[in-house]
Amino acid sequence: MANFYTDTPELKFHLNHPLMRRIVELKERNYTQKDKFDYAPHDYEDAIDSFEKVLEIVGEICGDIIAPNAESVDHDGPQLVDGHVQYAPGTVVNLDALNKAGLMGMSLPRRFGGLNFPIVPYIMAADMVSRADCGFVNIWGLQDCAETINEFATEEQKMRYLSRVCKGETMAMDLTEPDAGSDLQAVMLKATYDEKQGTWLLNGVKRFITNGDGHISLVLARSEEGTTDGRGLSMFIYDKNDGGVTVRRIENKMGIKGSPTCELVFKNAKAELCGQRKLGLIKYVMALMNGARLGIAAQSVGVCEAAYREALAYAKDRQQFGKAIIEFPAIYEMLSLMKAKLDAARTMLYETARFVDVYKTLMHISEERELTKEEKEEMKKFQKWADMFTPLAKGLGSEFANQNAYDAIQVHGGSGFMKDYACERIYRDARITSIYEGTTQLQVVAAIRFVTSGNYLTKIREYEAEQIKPELETYRRILVAMTDEYEAAVKKVVEVNNPEYIDFHARRLVEMAGYIIMGYLLLSDTNRDHNYWKTTEIFVKWARSQNAQRADFIKNSSVNDLGKFKME
Amino acid sequence: MGLKIIVLAKQVPDTRNVGKDAMKADGTVNRAALPAIFNPEDLNALEQALRLKDQFPGTHITLLTMGPVRAAEVLREGLFRGADDGILLTDRAFAGADTLATSYAIACAIRKVKDYDLIICGRQAIDGDTAQVGPQVAEKLGIPQITYAEEVVSVKNNVIKIKRRLERGIEVVEGKLPLVITVNGSAAECRPRNAKLLMKYKHSSTMSERAEKSEDYLAMINDKPYLNIKEWSVNDIECDREQLGLSGSPTKVKKIENIVFQAKESKRLTDGDNDINQLMKELIENHTIG
Repeated sequence: MANFYTDTPELKFHLNHPLMRRIVELKERNYTQKDKFDYAPHDYEDAIDSFEKVLEIVGEICGDIIAPNAESVDHDGPQLVDGHVQYAPGTVVNLDALNKAGLMGMSLPRRFGGLNFPIVPYIMAADMVSRADCGFVNIWGLQDCAETINEFATEEQKMRYLSRVCKGETMAMDLTEPDAGSDLQAVMLKATYDEKQGTWLLNGVKRFITNGDGHISLVLARSEEGTTDGRGLSMFIYDKNDGGVTVRRIENKMGIKGSPTCELVFKNAKAELCGQRKLGLIKYVMALMNGARLGIAAQSVGVCEAAYREALAYAKDRQQFGKAIIEFPAIYEMLSLMKAKLDAARTMLYETARFVDVYKTLMHISEERELTKEEKEEMKKFQKWADMFTPLAKGLGSEFANQNAYDAIQVHGGSGFMKDYACERIYRDARITSIYEGTTQLQVVAAIRFVTSGNYLTKIREYEAEQIKPELETYRRILVAMTDEYEAAVKKVVEVNNPEYIDFHARRLVEMAGYIIMGYLLLSDTNRDHNYWKTTEIFVKWARSQNAQRADFIKNSSVNDLGKFKME
Repeated sequence: MGLKIIVLAKQVPDTRNVGKDAMKADGTVNRAALPAIFNPEDLNALEQALRLKDQFPGTHITLLTMGPVRAAEVLREGLFRGADDGILLTDRAFAGADTLATSYAIACAIRKVKDYDLIICGRQAIDGDTAQVGPQVAEKLGIPQITYAEEVVSVKNNVIKIKRRLERGIEVVEGKLPLVITVNGSAAECRPRNAKLLMKYKHSSTMSERAEKSEDYLAMINDKPYLNIKEWSVNDIECDREQLGLSGSPTKVKKIENIVFQAKESKRLTDGDNDINQLMKELIENHTIG
């Protein structure tokens, strides 16, 4: 009887962020679809009301169906039958419920049967589904591969494939190969054009493919014979109905066991080109990955929430030394920090989602008409911010998810180590979030250029200049001091003028920037709603000490030390 | 082949989550303290209708409810799940009805709908738990009934095959359309609300509800006839007024007792023969059994 939307008022809070008015107005093209589609909104209030009501449906399905199934899905897992994936019974039930509720293709345009929701409410749904079952959100969430088709495919391809996604067909993105993981330039899966059949044929092997047996797959393959780098790769759409791909193996994983991770064998599998040749990696995968990273950021927040709730409930219930353990400082401190990290990761997630919403919607509008000068600038600005924030939301969010999952078990003590409590599954599930779709280390690689270029600093100073209530000044002062400290640390590292030295400190610097931004976002949340006061206080104090530690390390390091860290 | 289905639904107080204010001092149900919900077994009934609609395109599902103005909420809930239209039967003249008067009013409304192949309703409502209205409607309409249904197995050549869940097992029976089916809580759960249908129908309303809406709202729904939920009063159906409401209800409440469950001493028994023998003896001695 739980509803994951109504029991988490933070979602409604973020849904009602002031920037949403602009996002919805763009997304709805000034509310011009209401005469064409009976489910299109009339105005902003009507749209927000629809988002809320639909999120209530998602919340209900999460609470009543997906979460209760999570344990059995983790236990049963998918099976390999005749070269194809058979989902765990609970997974089938989950998918059926979400399909019947019409929750596939949430962000796709109405002309394909989608709901035309902005990214923000879609990400909220992912946040809740992940809280209910971190592994299941992969299968459902891969619908955001459809965004890539929507951006780069032809109208005819969109009509064919996107309408199927909206009817409930699942997707996959086939990128990784045994020798091409973090380094996708090494992809070898071969695409050859068969003149006789008039189609592309794919041959080779893909590995670690989530939901690899989905109905529609985006496949990165080498279309240019003789090439060895990223410029020889193109993006293809493979339709399971055409056949030619078999699942050779389903990986036996530590966590997210309900999500089938497949090794795929392509044997003359027919496929169609998506977009232009040679742009597969350099353009389309980058877009695909940014969407996927936002999805993992949402998954991470869902895990943070699930872990925090499990720990809180147990700490209130468990009695030791004659009282509930939540009354002991060692426990309540842990819980308060879990909540602070949860709120921080979430506010970062939705800030990022809003940035993505504004620029992507403007980008789609630019295909319909020429943007005004102001709109072009707006798009550029928000795209930049989205690029800056996505690695922070994914990188820091997934680390928090792991920390919260670890602490949730710690609060449970010995019981948490047993299979009897959900925290054990959450702990295993959390582990992948900081690995796939780019490890935390790769998020740092994506983010460090915004440290050295000063983009984060500029954005931080913008947050600093925002109006806040006088009683919140204390926290701003702390954040300003942290920013000065960050600026000095960046200066020291950059001044040395040695790329390896920057890489050496990159994670420290990115985290410092990220924590300051999270602090400002929480401050702004508190400015809008006093319920965030406690979280802001706890997070800012924690972040201050974290940053001081990093600043201290940097201050006392020298480029000459690098050699000492190299292990033989 | 599309079917014409009428699903009977009732808005009931959620007696599954009873708090301390659930009853008033006089022993009647405090409806204000309990959230009003779609009677659970009526949702099971709706699901059976929706499955027939999935199977037979062109099927039309009408949801019919009797109750106060706010009972239109269950009609909207039905529209969000795939029902095609709703009828609210509401009038002061219907108030205070027992099962006899209720089934009479509903039967009169169904006669006005006229054209139907199937009437499906939940076995019973969680407020009264009588399980009488469905069967009485069938009697009044003079059509067959199949009660305790768990699943519609098939519909072919005007014959419906139904799996019934009975105390000692299951029974599969056939009946000729049109007929009434009452559905058990053990049947498939109703599907969730559908996002698009919810956005389409969330502004739907009855005449009484519209009386309290703004000009803007009225302008918005003006050209969308599907947002109009039918509302019928006693004047809209052909009936004998004497048989309606309080005057048509022979049921009189003689006495209501407030029972507070109290847990007394408990005993833990092993599954050994000795303990079971001892328990049997005790139960026979105090006449619990035997």
